[in-house]
Formats: sequence, C-alpha cells, structure tokens
Amino acid sequence: MKRVYVNEQWCLGCHLCEYYCAFANTGEKNMARALKDIKIQPRIRVEEGNDVSFAVSCRHCREPLCVKACISGALQMMDGVITIDQDKCIGCCTCILSCPFGSVALSPDGHAAQKCELCVQTAAGTPRCVDGCPNNAIVFEERG
Amino acid sequence: MDVQYVIIGNSAAAIGAVEGIRRTDARGKIIIISDEPYHTYARPLISYLLLGKTTEEKMKYRGDDFYERNHCQVYLSVRATAIDAREKTVSLSDGRIISYDKLLIATGSSPFVLPIPGADTVEEKFTFMTLADAKKLGEAVNQESRVLILGAGLIGLKCAEGILCRAGQITVVDLAPTVLSSILDPEGARMVQEHLEHNGLKFILSQAIKSIDHNTATLNSGEKVEFDIFVMAVGVRPNIQLFEGLGELGRGIPVNEKSETSCADIYAAGDCTESFDISSGQRKILAILPNAYMQGECAGVNMAGGAAKFTQAMPMNAIGFCGLHVMTAGTYSGESYIVQDENGYKKLFYGDTLNGYILIGKIDQAGIYTNLIRDKAPLDTLDFALICQQPGLIAFTREQRTEMLGGVSR
Repeated sequence: MKRVYVNEQWCLGCHLCEYYCAFANTGEKNMARALKDIKIQPRIRVEEGNDVSFAVSCRHCREPLCVKACISGALQMMDGVITIDQDKCIGCCTCILSCPFGSVALSPDGHAAQKCELCVQTAAGTPRCVDGCPNNAIVFEERG
Repeated sequence: MDVQYVIIGNSAAAIGAVEGIRRTDARGKIIIISDEPYHTYARPLISYLLLGKTTEEKMKYRGDDFYERNHCQVYLSVRATAIDAREKTVSLSDGRIISYDKLLIATGSSPFVLPIPGADTVEEKFTFMTLADAKKLGEAVNQESRVLILGAGLIGLKCAEGILCRAGQITVVDLAPTVLSSILDPEGARMVQEHLEHNGLKFILSQAIKSIDHNTATLNSGEKVEFDIFVMAVGVRPNIQLFEGLGELGRGIPVNEKSETSCADIYAAGDCTESFDISSGQRKILAILPNAYMQGECAGVNMAGGAAKFTQAMPMNAIGFCGLHVMTAGTYSGESYIVQDENGYKKLFYGDTLNGYILIGKIDQAGIYTNLIRDKAPLDTLDFALICQQPGLIAFTREQRTEMLGGVSR
C-alpha cells in the first residue's frame, strides 16, 4: 500500500503541507478564500528546531494502536487506510494517548478526533500535502 | 473438520477475539454468549449516552453487520453457568450445553457492592456498568433529583458527569482524601476536583457512609446527606466464577502473553484477567478497554492456531470531565518532572526510561510519551530536556526518526 514517507533532509520547514491539508479538508475550491482569517488545524504537523524540520502525519500502521484502543469503535482500518467516523467519536482522546507518532488530534470544535486519511475523502488521488510539497520532503509511495 | 470457537462475553475482549480468529481462520464456527440483550456496544460510552453525546445506535462498538460478516452465532440474554474442561463443554442458563474446541472467557467485571447497613431500605439505588444500568439511571433522574454517588473514581465521576445536567444536585462521597486516587497524584486530583466543583458537583472526601436509612445517609463524621437516588461506584471485581476449580486463579484469571489460562484450550482476556503490567513489572488487573481488546485479539489469533503475543499491557487512561482532558499512563515511580502553567498540569515519572505520566489540560501528542514507556526507550538516546517540554519526534535522533517515518510501518 502507498503511504506518506518523510525525507527529512529535503524539508524546508515551509509549512505548506499543513496549509494544503487544512484546505483539502475544507472541501472548498479556492485555497485563499478557504483559509482566510482562520487558524488552521491540519492533520499533518511540521516539527522544527535546531536546524531540523520535518512533517509528521498518520503512518497508517499495520497494527494500529489507535484503532485497537478506540473505546467507541469510531476508528477503523479499511484496505489499510485508517479512518475515523467522527459521528461515532465522543472525543475521549484514547487514540491521542495511544498513537506513537502524535498523529491524532482533536478536531477544531473539540468534539471528535481527526487524523490523516490519505485524502481518501477528498478524492484527490495523491494526498494534497504531498502534491503541495515544493521539495519532495514528503512522498506518497509503496515501500513494502 | 472446522474448529468450534466459543466466546463467553460480547464486549471489547470478545470482539477483539473474533477479529483475531478471523485473521487466521475464515471458516471455523464462532459462538458468542452474552448475558446482556444488546448488540456489542462500547461500554465506557454509557456516561456519554446520558450526557447526550452519543446514542444507542452510535455507541455500537461494531456495525450491525459485524456478526454476520464474521460468521458468528450470537446467543443473547443467556448466561454461561459452568465449564466442563474435560468434556470441553459450556452449560448455559437455558439448559443448553455447547461444546468447544477453543474457549475464551471474556466475562469482564461486575460492580463491587459494599455492604452498608440499611442499604436495603433505599428505593432508587444503582450501579453504573452496563447499558441497562445507564438506561435505568437515566429514567430515574430528573431536575429535582438529589443524587448521592459513593465513589470518586473513574466510574463514579463519569457517572456524575453523565447526569450533571439532568439532576438537581450531585454529591460524591469517597473514603480517599482525593478524587481519582487510583490514577492521579494529590495535585492533579485537586485540579480535577476544583474543575468539577466549578461545574456544580459537591464532594465529601475522607468519609465513608456508615449507614443508610431510606433517603438519608449517615457518614462516619455523623454528617447526614439527604438523597433521592443512590449510585454505588466503589470499583469493580473480575468475573472469575466460571473458572473456579479449572486452574490457577488470583483476584483475576492469570493469563500468559498468549492470553492462555493454565487450563488447556481455555483462554481469557479483558477485565476478568490478571495481566503483566510492563510499566511496573507486576501482575495486575488492568480493567481498561484498550487492554481488553488487544488481549482478546491476541487470544483469538492463538485460538485459531496463529502465533501472537500481547506484551504491552499497562495502565493507561484518557478521560475528560466537563471539557477538561486528563491522561495518565504507566507507573508513578522514579524522579518527577513537573510543569504547572496556563496549559494545565504535567508530571513525568522517570529513571533510565520514562515510567509514567499525568497530563491534565494539554494532551497533544501524548502518545509519544506513552510509546516511550511502552518501548522502554533509554532516555539517554534522546533529547530528554526537549521531550519534557513537549512530546515530539524531534527529540529523537535523525536515525531513529528515519526509521520511524521512512521505514516499514509498524
């Protein structure tokens, strides 16, 4: 299965992936309009400091601790992609407690968790964060 | 011949076992026995049901087609009354006897009911464990109700939160001097208590109920508390009766890392078991859902002839009260690192490895801490000062990160 992988040495720390992610999940057509005046809460996050930067999003683990630990049954794995049914989620944050990568967070309204779903819901083909990365610091590929 | 699997229980450990079995064996027959009348539901969500944050439909732990898709035969509202390990059969309360090749005991736990003199005179008394309990309590509570909850632990406080807006007043009594004493230190407990008091709960701590007469509870101090509804939430006990006489038994059913009991072809998982807590190195009853699911899944794989080990059991809780997030994991030993500021409260317990933590308020990326405990990662291989401030992968070395973010997924 194709996953998002990180090429840390190429990351510019530009945070564009975060903006593309937030935009993709608005469902809007125009990026500037969609993100104007809002504090974005993307599902990918750039960590930076000491001349190092890199982007982290859900690894779509084969043995996903978030799914196994989910107390409501809202998290599920379908064809290798881990998604969350926000309608079932009650925002208990057991997934945040469980994820070794820090890749699950509460959604902007705080009522449910959110995470990268590889843009399966946004019908973009390639995850928008990868598409928008100017330096191939994150790639979407098969690595076994 | 197809294998016949029998699972006693229908909650997280049982569902984990079904999913574990079906990873390995698509054909064997699975029989699920439950003394409850419901499709599998998320037990910890009963407080959210009362709160109105979920519905009976949404709180189903798996979809409506789960049993059919996994070819499970489900016997609801029937109790397993005895196991014959020689004949390999389970007797049911309706008289049926069913045979098994592999058996899983996933019977969970039951509320512990303290014997209080006069408790039999109370008309409206409840425990808070099952969907049926929650529905009954929900029907009984109204805006005039004065509710007395005995127990300021996880169950008592989640129950209180669930009915906070539906009851007139709620008083919580506990023998311990602090709330959530099994998972919080005194400082963290104080923050949670103040937050809940701010939201209208009343606490009477370091007190036991000496006796009850109808609608009046008398505390050890002599103080009297009037109430309309009484909820007993002093803890749970593993349901181990079925295993008595079949093998080794402690407070729970001891299992090894393959979820096997000491009796051949009988496995156990979830709240009814004692498992090995990797954070403290002790055998413990870890009555938490993630543990139940993973132990059950491991049992299922092994029942079906696969090879699985569950070696990650440890205490961990993510719990919120009226918008305040509380997260705890591991064991509270070693030195501590404490930060208390506008983001909340953080306490890390560490030696050569991270042993445990308490987070109140800011809980972002907490799983990175959990993973340090789980992996027993030597702290001298990472930037400990940095990770104390904020859980992040940046505190790891580039090599470690390359493996985590670029290698084959976990």
